[in-house]
Amino acid sequence: MRTLFHLTAREVKSFFYSPIAYVMLVIFLALNGVAFYYAVQTLTKIPADESVVFVTFFSPFFVWPFILIMPLLTMRVFADEFRMGTIESLTTAPVKDWQVVMAKFFGALVFYIVLFIPTYCYFFFYKWFTGIPAAFAAGPYWGSALLLLLAGMFFISMGCLASALNREQINAAAMSLVMTVLFIFLAALPDFFVGKNEEETKWLTHFIGYISFFEHLPTFCRGIIDTRPIVFYLSLTALFLFITHHVFQARKWKS
Amino acid sequence: MISVKNLSKKYGSFTAVNDISFEVEKGEIVGFLGPNGAGKSTTMKMLTGYLPPTSGAASIAGFDVFEKSIEARRHLGYLPENTPLYLDMRVNEYLRYRAHLKGVARGKVSEAVGEAIELCSLRDVEKKMIGALSKGYRQRVGLADALVHDPDLLILDEPTIGLDPNQIRSVRELIKNLAQRRTVLISTHILPEVEIMCSRVIVIHKGKIRASDTAENLLKNHRAAGQLRIEAKAGPEAREEFGRMAGVKDVQVEQDGEFTTFTLRLDANADVSEEAFRLAADRKWNVRELVRKRATLEDVFVELTHSDI
Repeated sequence: MRTLFHLTAREVKSFFYSPIAYVMLVIFLALNGVAFYYAVQTLTKIPADESVVFVTFFSPFFVWPFILIMPLLTMRVFADEFRMGTIESLTTAPVKDWQVVMAKFFGALVFYIVLFIPTYCYFFFYKWFTGIPAAFAAGPYWGSALLLLLAGMFFISMGCLASALNREQINAAAMSLVMTVLFIFLAALPDFFVGKNEEETKWLTHFIGYISFFEHLPTFCRGIIDTRPIVFYLSLTALFLFITHHVFQARKWKS
Repeated sequence: MISVKNLSKKYGSFTAVNDISFEVEKGEIVGFLGPNGAGKSTTMKMLTGYLPPTSGAASIAGFDVFEKSIEARRHLGYLPENTPLYLDMRVNEYLRYRAHLKGVARGKVSEAVGEAIELCSLRDVEKKMIGALSKGYRQRVGLADALVHDPDLLILDEPTIGLDPNQIRSVRELIKNLAQRRTVLISTHILPEVEIMCSRVIVIHKGKIRASDTAENLLKNHRAAGQLRIEAKAGPEAREEFGRMAGVKDVQVEQDGEFTTFTLRLDANADVSEEAFRLAADRKWNVRELVRKRATLEDVFVELTHSDI
């Protein structure tokens, strides 16, 4: 446990040592601010049955940065160690491979959580200034936060795999971006079949409904904690970390 | 401390290390010698558990480096080739991190790091970023990292490469000090270093061990153990006469004005200088110079590794 803690601490610190981290924080903060601003504007102009939390997370100013931030978070975790050769001093210390993998994962996850703190501050300030809550119950706050955490874990585990597979950061970033985008836009797949025989594509729509982030987001943003996505994201995260662990171990056999 | 049995490593069809076996006893400083690409680093990487062997086994302090890798690694301080370090960390911060990873007890970390900093003379730079340090300092940070958990065994892969002569000297002194309580396996291709530091030399070439002995014995048993150079006023018949002496392998002749230079290559332990002098005196060849040249470790090294025996 202690080894894992120190490995993770080093990962988290290494994020904050790089200027890119601060650029990421600022850009994410700004774009989420824009998303939040438009959410408030929209609700003022066109009153709707949805909360500010819901509308903010459905803004493209949130979704796009959310997608693009994933590769940036994870691209260097393994690739950098391989490129710098520090993998050799790391793996010849009495450290187990799974500890390294988990530390990389948790390190990125901690930074990911830090990224979202300002966004939740917006909701807090909104209530403070207007007297109207950003959502009308605790559910949407915690629900959305839980989903973002779960989805974040999943995308980070995918990014870790991409980083473990590549020696160059840029390749790792490209690979994890492709995987993230593919997964996110799976939701759009049934749209291609509009007008086709609906009976035939029903299973697809049904299936996508289970795994699409954009199907989960509204549910959780309304404060409904659905256990199916929880199991889905947790098990996929575990699967990707498992594969990452094996890819990481495979370095020994590749030569 | 180290026991290597029939260790081999193949990269595809290329055999980097070919069925080598050796032992290193506690307290020895063993120099691992060989030309570039001889398999030194590969052997060290297998010993540290970084690379798995294709066949054979190795153990450190009784722990198999592959089966009981973690336990073996606890006894080991390793300085990899080119000293990879996290450039974005400060020296003391990095050493603290490494001490924690290597299982130094929580209350002892500051002490251990302080000692390593002291030993490697890093006090001046302990608060600097590693990325801002010169090569010599980085090398010392790498060494401090290798010994921060006070391991029984140090494996150092070319610790003096890329350093200036002063730095080489200080690193060499440091390693000698460290070796008082520890076993050290050090790879290098700088020969004087080995003669000064090591109690034993293992010469490896093309993945095979060519010799394993003290530097002294290597020199003594070396096939071209020495040379004798004689400059004398002598005719061509002298070549044959010198060549007839016992222990002379061959004679090279070079004309230098009235004088002729004869270079006699001698067998191991042969010393024919007195005999050659008497011969010259008998034949009335005026001798201008008679020099006995001892073989150096370099000669041994070249002899052992230049050919494809």
